[in-house]
Amino acid sequence: MSFREEHELHKRRFGRNLGLGLVLAGFVALVFGLTIAKVSNEDFSVPTQQGEGN
Amino acid sequence: MSDASLHQASTAQPGEGGFGDFFALLKPRVMVLVVFTALVGLLAAPVALHPVEALAAILFIAVGGGAAGALNMWWESDIDALMRRTRRRPIPAGKVTRDEAFAFGITLAAFAVVMLWLATNALAAAILAFTIFFYVVIYTVGLKRWTPQNIVIGGAAGAFPPMIGWAAATGTVSIESVLMFALIFMWTPPHFWALALFMRGDYDGAGVPMLTVTHGRKSTRLHILVYTVLLALMAVGAAFTGIGGPVYLIVALVFNALFLRDAVAIWRRDEDMAEADDYRVEKRAFRLSLWYLFAHFTAILAEAALAGLGLGGLGFGGWA
Repeated sequence: MSFREEHELHKRRFGRNLGLGLVLAGFVALVFGLTIAKVSNEDFSVPTQQGEGN
Repeated sequence: MSDASLHQASTAQPGEGGFGDFFALLKPRVMVLVVFTALVGLLAAPVALHPVEALAAILFIAVGGGAAGALNMWWESDIDALMRRTRRRPIPAGKVTRDEAFAFGITLAAFAVVMLWLATNALAAAILAFTIFFYVVIYTVGLKRWTPQNIVIGGAAGAFPPMIGWAAATGTVSIESVLMFALIFMWTPPHFWALALFMRGDYDGAGVPMLTVTHGRKSTRLHILVYTVLLALMAVGAAFTGIGGPVYLIVALVFNALFLRDAVAIWRRDEDMAEADDYRVEKRAFRLSLWYLFAHFTAILAEAALAGLGLGGLGFGGWA
């Protein structure tokens, strides 16, 4: 079984995909942190539905 | 690079750009200024955000600024290819296609505005959206190739970040944030005109109606002096407002004196003198202008920190 020689283009694509993956992972962590920060806020309250039971 | 090789390189294939090429579309060096001034606006505000919210706000302001940069490069790829300073940018260098840059910029712009809204408030997001619109549509598409006052008007786009930072923390626009806006707005013209003086030939060749091209270099030198005087009056005057104080006053006096010295020297020189010493004074003024802005915003931050420690004003009655 032989493998094709890796082209410079494949390295570039790998770098781009790796970078994008890391950015997305960072974004997930940031949104998680934001959620924790917002629900930990003293002013935070769960919105209640208006007119419930009408 | 010859015209032939430039043409060859500019035929980029879709999907071949690397991560760094797309990052370069965000104008990372401009982003540093955006991040720094937005951070000062956010930290100088009287309302403290949760650190994660502050981090998110700065990040999304930076992404919004970067998106505007990508859209600017999308529109200006034709003249970027003609100027020595910009011909290595991803589109003229053939790394990224124009369509990719447009899609990248517009997606990031929408993403940044929505995320800033979710992370902070609607006003901050609205100012960010307006900033992107102003930079891309009003400045890049509308005015840059039309009027020699392009730098003056375009400077407004770069002046919004501290206002966005302040709005992210407080949910309001106030006199302090308007003063920070005014500081960058007034600083931009002499900063860029100093650059235009020693980057001679670049703008001429690209057909951008810079003041140096339309009104001549003598007039540009006078404009630098007039704007620097106005800037100095405003910058020193700001010491007696809510963002100022004794630390800021000292910094403002020192840096405005230095900037005025260089502006006067530029005004008194002619092209023969400038060429004789390879634009030494113009280059010095440009470098100083970068330190000038950094010093003023650091001083604003220092005053906010002192006020937080109960040391605001330091006996200078009526300040802050």
